[in-house]
Amino acid sequence: MLHVAVLLPFLLSVIILLIKPTKLVHPGWVVLPLPAALFVYFLTEIHTVRTEESIVSTIAWMPKLGIDITLVLDGLSLLFVLLITGMGALVVLYSIHYLDKHTEGIHQFYIYLLMFMGAMLGVVLSDNLMVLYGFWELTSISSFLLIAFWYGRERSRYGALKSMLITVFGGLAMFAGFNMLYLMTGSYSIREIIPQAGALTENSMFIPAMLLILLGAFTKSAQFPFHIWLPDAMEAPTPVSAYLHSATMVKAGLYLVARLTPVFAGQAGWFWLISATGLITLIYGSFKAIRQTDLKALLAYSTISQLGLIMSLLGLGSASAFFSGKEDAVFYAMATTAALFHLINHAVFKGSLFMVVGIIDHETGTRDLRNLGGLMTVMPVTFTIASIGAFSMAGLPPFSGFLSKEMFFTSMLNIRELDLWNSSFWLSLFPVMAWIASVFTFVYSMILVFKAFGGKLKQDKLDKAPHEAPLGLLLPPVLLISLAVVFAFFPKLVSRTLIEPAMVSIHQGMLAPGETFEVSIHFWHGWTAEIFMTLGVIAVGILLYRTYTRLRLLDREAKGTNTLNRIYDGSLQLLERGSRRLTDAYMTGSNRHYLLYIFSFFVIALLTVMVREPGISFGMKQYAPLSIYELAVVLVMLLAAFGIPFAKSRVNAILFTGCVGYMVTLLFVLFRAPDLALTQMIIETVSVILFLLCFRYLPKLKQQKEPLRFKLPNLVIAVGVGVTMTLIALAAMGSSPFEPISEFFLKESYNLAGGKNVVNVILVDFRGFDTLFEIMVLGIASLSIYALIKLKLDGDAQQTPPGK
Amino acid sequence: MELLIALAIGVLFTVGVYLVLSKSLLRILLGTTLLTHGVHLLLLTMAGLKTGAAPLLGEKAETYVDPLPQALILTSIVISFGVSAFFIVLAYRAYRSAGMDDVEGSKGERR
Repeated sequence: MLHVAVLLPFLLSVIILLIKPTKLVHPGWVVLPLPAALFVYFLTEIHTVRTEESIVSTIAWMPKLGIDITLVLDGLSLLFVLLITGMGALVVLYSIHYLDKHTEGIHQFYIYLLMFMGAMLGVVLSDNLMVLYGFWELTSISSFLLIAFWYGRERSRYGALKSMLITVFGGLAMFAGFNMLYLMTGSYSIREIIPQAGALTENSMFIPAMLLILLGAFTKSAQFPFHIWLPDAMEAPTPVSAYLHSATMVKAGLYLVARLTPVFAGQAGWFWLISATGLITLIYGSFKAIRQTDLKALLAYSTISQLGLIMSLLGLGSASAFFSGKEDAVFYAMATTAALFHLINHAVFKGSLFMVVGIIDHETGTRDLRNLGGLMTVMPVTFTIASIGAFSMAGLPPFSGFLSKEMFFTSMLNIRELDLWNSSFWLSLFPVMAWIASVFTFVYSMILVFKAFGGKLKQDKLDKAPHEAPLGLLLPPVLLISLAVVFAFFPKLVSRTLIEPAMVSIHQGMLAPGETFEVSIHFWHGWTAEIFMTLGVIAVGILLYRTYTRLRLLDREAKGTNTLNRIYDGSLQLLERGSRRLTDAYMTGSNRHYLLYIFSFFVIALLTVMVREPGISFGMKQYAPLSIYELAVVLVMLLAAFGIPFAKSRVNAILFTGCVGYMVTLLFVLFRAPDLALTQMIIETVSVILFLLCFRYLPKLKQQKEPLRFKLPNLVIAVGVGVTMTLIALAAMGSSPFEPISEFFLKESYNLAGGKNVVNVILVDFRGFDTLFEIMVLGIASLSIYALIKLKLDGDAQQTPPGK
Repeated sequence: MELLIALAIGVLFTVGVYLVLSKSLLRILLGTTLLTHGVHLLLLTMAGLKTGAAPLLGEKAETYVDPLPQALILTSIVISFGVSAFFIVLAYRAYRSAGMDDVEGSKGERR
């Protein structure tokens, strides 16, 4: 059934592709039942997951490589699949009213969206790391397609490319990390890796694997400094931003961290990296969010910041692995509870806020805060949704965000009691940073509500007369945001059904089998430090909100100064220019240069080997005696060869070459190779005739009379090649470790083949195939020559063929 | 004797490479011809020179020279002839359509 659930979205996308057309029905209505049905199906599994361990189903894929499509539904996966299918259903419903079926490429939209949904289900359900990686990249690709949905816009394409480059970069790093895990454990299955985790820590690949996997998680979940793709991904249609870039895909990194916590937790590096990166992202994202003027950019930075919050909580939660005592472990594991609860809350309020922004955009024609204002009275329902969402985001009572913010503060305060590595100073910074970030969060939440909805309506700056959105657009955010209220008053609804089983999967082995975490989320803890922190956040936040325009933070952002983006763009440009310059430097287009590279490499490589290899000897046991004839022939040959570069005319050069050829013929005679001599003589003659035919009778060309221009590098390389070849020849003659097989040919030539000319017998009997294909070479050459001569090209018309 | 031939091979290669590195198409073709000669001599020399009679069994000699390299060289001669004949005609065509004898002048498109 799990396989069917993952496969169905892909199947439906194919169906949508096939049944394209009807403009009567919005294809969203065809899509909608699927996520809704899946949501209901996964809801029914809650009980099973709570009571039993998990639901597992396996299909063999590549058993020999240890890659099977094993899908596991446990507490953690269940939380995510409910998020994916539930949000999916609402987003599809929203998109039906948001995207026009007549003007948009609506089929593509749903095909990409379904692809994404299936891939995301695959990511959170896969037990096999390779399968997980496959689905992971599929989410990157479908996200890329969705961001560039309006591909006519330059900004969309830029944003899509940026997100693709960054997430695929992280994905590849993660892939390497997964393979390292496989090398250490011999298994791709997460469930088989976890029991071995204790033995892995000594392995030298353990830390690199951890870092690489974290790189994947951080890029996907937009952690500092890899967050830069997320604000640019806001060029996507708003349903996509709501679905992918707030509720689901950006949480894949969080999922991965949570999923692999049983493997890596207990490492100081894991704790510090995740907590610190999370906190930095939290504070940086919340600060940047204040400075945005575009509503979607504000929400993007807010998402970054909230993801950082969850990430840091996951880091704090991993501290529980340092303790074997149950009490301590559970004490620190509460941070994980906070992370999971906030993860749900964030999906709820951020999803609805994005939909609200989409509605504003849809009804007023702008998302710019400088043009918006006074929408409170014209759009009361939207205003209500927005304020509940924003207050929940700011962590105000009585919304669910308040509860998770309190738990966040509790965890941050608790971590100060961790007395490992003498790091109490750094750990005491954590709550301070968390508090500052919360102040910023409060400020931008207020900006979102009161800049857009408060104040006066600026009708002159708007393209349309704003009015309340239609019911179809309002329904999904209303449904979502009501959850923020419901969860606040009845937190047991999620804590018992979702968070407790998820805690069991993250902190495996902490509890005896059958035990469950007792997660209790309360509104009121009494007059504790957390409540004073919250009051402080509200007080300072209001103060800051009233003065922030005077701080002129908004204007600076509008000028587009963003250092990290500039570094990204600059490094891309640098890479592009650098590689272009490098290519231009050595790919000169000159034949001579390439030959120089090749010959130099040849000389350097061979000479290095000869110098460094000890077993090469140049001496030969027995040299043939030297006679005067041979000396004379060789001398003539060398003289002729030397003459070629100095020849004043073409004909001379050709004749010198012919002379070399005839001298080679003579050498063949002297060295007792009659067949070679015959062939060489004939072929040399024909070649010379050919050369003369082609190069002598070219009337219209200026005859090149002057000798070659002398070039030193050419000479150096040429001499180098010559010396190398001489050495090779000597070395080859000096070392012949085996008896040649020619004795066989000489002995059996007559017996087996009935021929006395051994060379000819070899050519046609023993090694007849060589001859067959050599004949073919000649045939091809002659056909090509015929074609070359007969072929009429445009440029030939004005020149008459020679000799006519 | 082998020493001398080895030196001659070196010289053939030197001149061949020098010619191949030049600008004129004709000289490049001549250079490849020289390289071919060098290779053939190398093949022949490696089996040892003049270790017996020509490999014709009618000679009834004690020893014969190695026939296998000769068969290989024969194949090579024919193939290199085919290739160089093709290239000569190709060069001839290049002359007629481009009207020049300078490989540097006929560079590929540079960006």
